[in-house]
Amino acid sequence: MAEHIRVGMSEIAVSRTPDVLVAIGLGSCVGVCFYDPQIKCGGMAHVMLPNSVQIVGAGAEITKPGKFVDTALPELLRRMIQMGALASRLEVKIVGGAQMFNFNGENDRMQIGPRNVEATEQILAKMNLKLTGKNTGGNRGRSVRFDLATGIVTVKMLNSPDFII
Amino acid sequence: MSLRHLTSLQKDAIKEVSNIGAAHAATVLHQLLGEKVSMTVPEVSVVALSDICDVLGQPEDPMIGVYLRVFGDAPSKNLYLFPREEALFLAGLLLAEEDRQDNEDTLGELEVSALKEIGNILTGAYVYAFSSFTGLNMLSSVPALTFDMVGAILNTVLVDLGATDDYALLIETKLTACEVNITGHFFLVPDPGTLPIILDALGVKGQWPNTSGSECPK
Repeated sequence: MAEHIRVGMSEIAVSRTPDVLVAIGLGSCVGVCFYDPQIKCGGMAHVMLPNSVQIVGAGAEITKPGKFVDTALPELLRRMIQMGALASRLEVKIVGGAQMFNFNGENDRMQIGPRNVEATEQILAKMNLKLTGKNTGGNRGRSVRFDLATGIVTVKMLNSPDFII
Repeated sequence: MSLRHLTSLQKDAIKEVSNIGAAHAATVLHQLLGEKVSMTVPEVSVVALSDICDVLGQPEDPMIGVYLRVFGDAPSKNLYLFPREEALFLAGLLLAEEDRQDNEDTLGELEVSALKEIGNILTGAYVYAFSSFTGLNMLSSVPALTFDMVGAILNTVLVDLGATDDYALLIETKLTACEVNITGHFFLVPDPGTLPIILDALGVKGQWPNTSGSECPK
């Protein structure tokens, strides 16, 4: 029986086929999906902020590694490896990072959504993981369903047909 | 120290000052609409960030969110959430029939403008009352509006709280206008580092440590 596992803001979850990992209401947050197709095992992190060092300072205690891109991705990889996944086999898909509110005249550089996406891509490159699919940016919220039987990631937006990556 | 350690005295103090703010906002909304407006006593809750998108029912339900930031001594966020139909009804009260432009998927420019203005007026009234009561200097930003899944709106507005805590403090008031029941949800959310300043101004700071929110992202 396939179980739907909710991955809330700042959480990380890993599981195997036939479960489905779900993140509902991604705004500026990014959902990062790792999948090992050979053993049909996958994990998702629902990250909120780009960089723990800039925000809480180096060496500070981090209660939830899933909050920050730079702490969540290594933790997600560690838990995938624990499940028997190999880094070299991983398919990586990212979703989210929207800029939902647009204040007149506000500098785009300050917006957390695009910064989260940028940080995610940088950290993935640093970890030698290849991005295999993404649906990021824009100004709309998204929900993500990550089917661990197939590795298919379905993105749902309001008033749009579902999008598959 | 985490938000989970707020005492009930501190929560009551926050509730009281929010009540004064919300009462002003309700009065102003009543004057604006010429309709009866009622409000609930503000509810102060501490919610785990991982559960945020569920605080208003189904997280994928579409809602209209009007968001303002409050600057000054106590940086905070103000968020108004209305179900779409109710928001359009509210906007309609301020617009002439021939000016209305909404259709199924999009909101007309004038509706957007009217709703932002309502957010502006409510926040102005709220902040004025909050500020006179606490002696803290507060100013609100221009409003921004989005129409999207309620979970994604809450997620986006509250994301920077993750910088300092695993929990968010939400001050929620429900405003009900007209006989037809327009129910809007109004949230006041102190930025990271703001809560001790508010508690201090209310004289109930207690053991809360001084933390600076200056490093948190905007």
